[in-house]
Amino acid sequence: MSQPQTINLDAVREILSRHKDTKGALITVLQEIQEAYGYLPRPALSEVSAAMGVPLSKIFGVVTFYAQFHLKPRGKHVIRVCLGTACHVRGGERMLEKVGEILGIGPGETTDDQKFTLERVACLGACGLAPALMIGDQTYGRLTGKRVEELIKQYREN
Amino acid sequence: MTTVNLWIDGKNVTARQGMTVMEAAEEAGIRIPHLCYHPLLEKTGACRLCVVEIEGARALQSSCTVPVAEGMRVHTMTQRVINARKTVLELLLANHPTECLTCEKAGDCALQDYAYEYNVRSDVYPGKKKEYPLEDNNPFFTRDHNKCIVCGRCIRMCADIQGQYAIDYAYRGFSTRVLTAYDESLVDSPCVFCGNCISVCPVGALTPKWERGKGRKWQYEKVRSVCPYCGVGCQIYLHVKDSKVIGVSAADGPANRGLLCVKGRFGQDFLEHPDRLTKPLIRVDGRFVEAEWEEALSLVAEKLSAIRDKYGPDALGFLSSAKVTNEENYLMQKLARAVFGTNNVDHCARLCHASSVAGLAASFGSGAMTNSIEEIENADVIFVIGSNTKEAHPVIGTYITRAISKGARLIVADPRKTDLAACADVHLQHLPGSDVALLNAMMHVILRDRLHNEDFIRNRTEGFTELKEMLEEYSPEVAEGITGVPADKMEIAARIFATAKKGTILYSMGITQHTTGTDNVMSIANLAMLTGHIGRESTGVNPLRGQNNVQGACDMGALPNVFPGYQRVDDPTARGKFEKAWGRALPDKVGLTVVEMMNAARAGQIRGMFIMGENPMVSDPDISHVKESLEQLEFLVVLDIFPTETAQLAHVVLPAAAYAEKEGTFTNTERRVQRIYRAVPPPGQARPDWLVLCQIAKAAGYEMDYDSPADILAEVATLTPSYGGISYERLDGEGLQWPCPDPGHPGTRYLHKDKFTRGLGRFYPVAFKEPAEWPDKDYPLILSTGRVLYHYHTGSMSRRARALDELVPGGYVEIHPKTAEALGIADGQMVRVETRRGWVDTKARVTDTVSQRVIFMPFHFAEAAANVLTNPALDPVAKIPELKVCAARVTLAGKGDAQ
Repeated sequence: MSQPQTINLDAVREILSRHKDTKGALITVLQEIQEAYGYLPRPALSEVSAAMGVPLSKIFGVVTFYAQFHLKPRGKHVIRVCLGTACHVRGGERMLEKVGEILGIGPGETTDDQKFTLERVACLGACGLAPALMIGDQTYGRLTGKRVEELIKQYREN
Repeated sequence: MTTVNLWIDGKNVTARQGMTVMEAAEEAGIRIPHLCYHPLLEKTGACRLCVVEIEGARALQSSCTVPVAEGMRVHTMTQRVINARKTVLELLLANHPTECLTCEKAGDCALQDYAYEYNVRSDVYPGKKKEYPLEDNNPFFTRDHNKCIVCGRCIRMCADIQGQYAIDYAYRGFSTRVLTAYDESLVDSPCVFCGNCISVCPVGALTPKWERGKGRKWQYEKVRSVCPYCGVGCQIYLHVKDSKVIGVSAADGPANRGLLCVKGRFGQDFLEHPDRLTKPLIRVDGRFVEAEWEEALSLVAEKLSAIRDKYGPDALGFLSSAKVTNEENYLMQKLARAVFGTNNVDHCARLCHASSVAGLAASFGSGAMTNSIEEIENADVIFVIGSNTKEAHPVIGTYITRAISKGARLIVADPRKTDLAACADVHLQHLPGSDVALLNAMMHVILRDRLHNEDFIRNRTEGFTELKEMLEEYSPEVAEGITGVPADKMEIAARIFATAKKGTILYSMGITQHTTGTDNVMSIANLAMLTGHIGRESTGVNPLRGQNNVQGACDMGALPNVFPGYQRVDDPTARGKFEKAWGRALPDKVGLTVVEMMNAARAGQIRGMFIMGENPMVSDPDISHVKESLEQLEFLVVLDIFPTETAQLAHVVLPAAAYAEKEGTFTNTERRVQRIYRAVPPPGQARPDWLVLCQIAKAAGYEMDYDSPADILAEVATLTPSYGGISYERLDGEGLQWPCPDPGHPGTRYLHKDKFTRGLGRFYPVAFKEPAEWPDKDYPLILSTGRVLYHYHTGSMSRRARALDELVPGGYVEIHPKTAEALGIADGQMVRVETRRGWVDTKARVTDTVSQRVIFMPFHFAEAAANVLTNPALDPVAKIPELKVCAARVTLAGKGDAQ
């Protein structure tokens, strides 16, 4: 649990003030908090629990159910390595390993400098470019180990 | 009630409207397999094992959720149904370890049984299996996520029944697990280790640690019993194998309905603790030497008789016990009165609810909980004052939580922010000892706003005018100055309670353990009568009794002023009746109470004492004084299951059988007399207390011959009107609630229905009085004491239960962060707590549970005994000491100028 201890919860309170009395607003609240903080900080969820009367165990259940929610801070660049059928056949797994090796993290993890988050995804819809990955909003295809190295170097520098 | 006719497997079945197909089938003796369904829990229809074919419906239906309908034709065992169930089981087994050889649950596992019944193999769908490490990070039970079939029963138990919400489903699909928030240890979650999740888990995912490897379902026998900890009276099953208790499960008793708390489920291994006394001990030259029973019994009889002969009968004192059975309490007071000729007999009810007995007897005519536990769930307003119910009476706490989830409103008056207070609509955080002012202010508001129940007051009560006059001066503003509670909060609370349809009041030692204890109780009675919330279902004034049999010990006359059934010793008619029955002239002078006996011992007026199953060296106020008193005695005999702090001072120590080792009855807080059964033999030469009492009487020259406790209760019934109809034959199962005056009487669910026991209810106007000791310059803080969930009373049992002791090994003092800061104290530091009686060193727990002027200590821990500090000042009527308030100061340990 190496999360920052001091988080300004003003944004959370503002979001809650708009939604806390609306039945079924939990997911909206979580989405807005994630929008504001980039992830769902624990103190924010405790605040949500107290204000909306939803047990923390339940909120944790909702947050872990949906892939869209993140409990840990995310890197500046999110790398999504495709492991859909086409990419799988053309070495997507090796690309994932390569990225992990360069960054020293596994899927779902973020580098200590908060620069990169690594994720595996089922299909990016870029099968013609397999093996493919995305960094932020950019898609890169026909990858090789060398190309992956270059890409990461390029993103690391800016 | 509307009935519905349907056909199940060709059989014509009549069901009630609203029942599910499964329930109707069950009643008709047709068993439908199920995993996620449990009768105590909300139905989810998730596991799909209970599917049935219903004519006219396209798909198979889950019988646990489909309601019955007129003319419905159900088939529970067609090939289609069987195939579907098989697939469900195959899919479950595809991802379930088949470790039945070593699984604790084998023989009691629903999945195992169904796999066998449906002849299902585990290799039909080979694939990935869950591989989670065993969760073993709490002292009570393990969770094996690999065995979990995610049926969700534990989640619903925790949330809907227990109200803790510690766990829920987390993650998705194959990764779905039942977890705490952030998958942290249960110890760091809201979990209270009631273990009720274990009792609904259909497979071996949840396993109590102390039971592991000791025996499986077909190897042990289940013996019904009653939990020996608090006064709720939860029925339990003791699992017995090779003459040992190897496990515990909840029985469907009327008070607990299948639920238990952490002490009931995980606290019974004290029975096997190596400290158990197994042989009589006699002190020779300052050391205990093992002796034979004969020798010890004659010595006791001889010494007690000699003291009586030399100094008179009132030089003897007898402490009976709220832990032993009714029969044993009856014999103890009979021993004191008939054999040794003194009314100096009392027990620890003096320290907990003496003021309830006195106060409620004055107001209503009967000093017991007016209504039943189960009724709490249907109240629409619950007012809890001076009761930390979720910790001290945990299973009653669950009735409150369930009432809240049904829409009831909760008012809690407590100087501490307890877990219960956190659930309240209004929390009145008043200063300890200011209860009368608080209650009077609430009544002031009710009268001012004309929310009182005029009909009830006119028809059922007397003394209203005096009350009304007295209340005039207690405006909420005045009370705010005394209680520290904002006036508007008292206003809100008053209105909520007065406008309830069924308002019930629960209280406990926060009310009783004061020099104004009787006043506090009468004040509560006033509030109930003023609003008419008494004499009806789900209302009433409900003192939650502390010990498993404290109600019974009082009923049996283990009190210095009354015979069994509260018949006064100074009433010649009553005395005559007992003299005739017992064949001895009986003393007419009211005897001494617990604290008075200690004072008399100190003064040399009491020379000999017999203490059975009590530990005044931890439970009584001002322990240093208690020690001096007991050390002064010429002769002290202690009959107990453990060498308690008190037994250390005795001349003779006699080994007693514990509750699981004897027959008898306990009376729980709702006046319910329930049976306990002998499950295992006592260790070594330990004997049941009733037998020891008979043998002492005999050795002292009085025939006390009973074949069994049933015989003793039969004698009780002839002398105690409220127990007149109670006998062992009638007590199997649910037990009986007194008053039960004759053998045909069904017992009494709630008291004062059309008429109070004393006729009219009596309003006693009660003015606020300050506690005996109030903070001053030298001792600026208010010390209050109480219990924690994981321990019980003086800890003689709970501290010898391995898991309870592991989780909470020692005491502490709660200090508000601001107070701690001002004193330079940090959380976890050793501090010295001092009062005018003495000091103890203990750990600081810095928390805003208490307010700034208040500190709190649990009293279970002899090495940091809160009762070294407490004030023995007495309530003038009930003679209860003021354990809840005294003036104290706190310093960093080693830095103060103590002594």
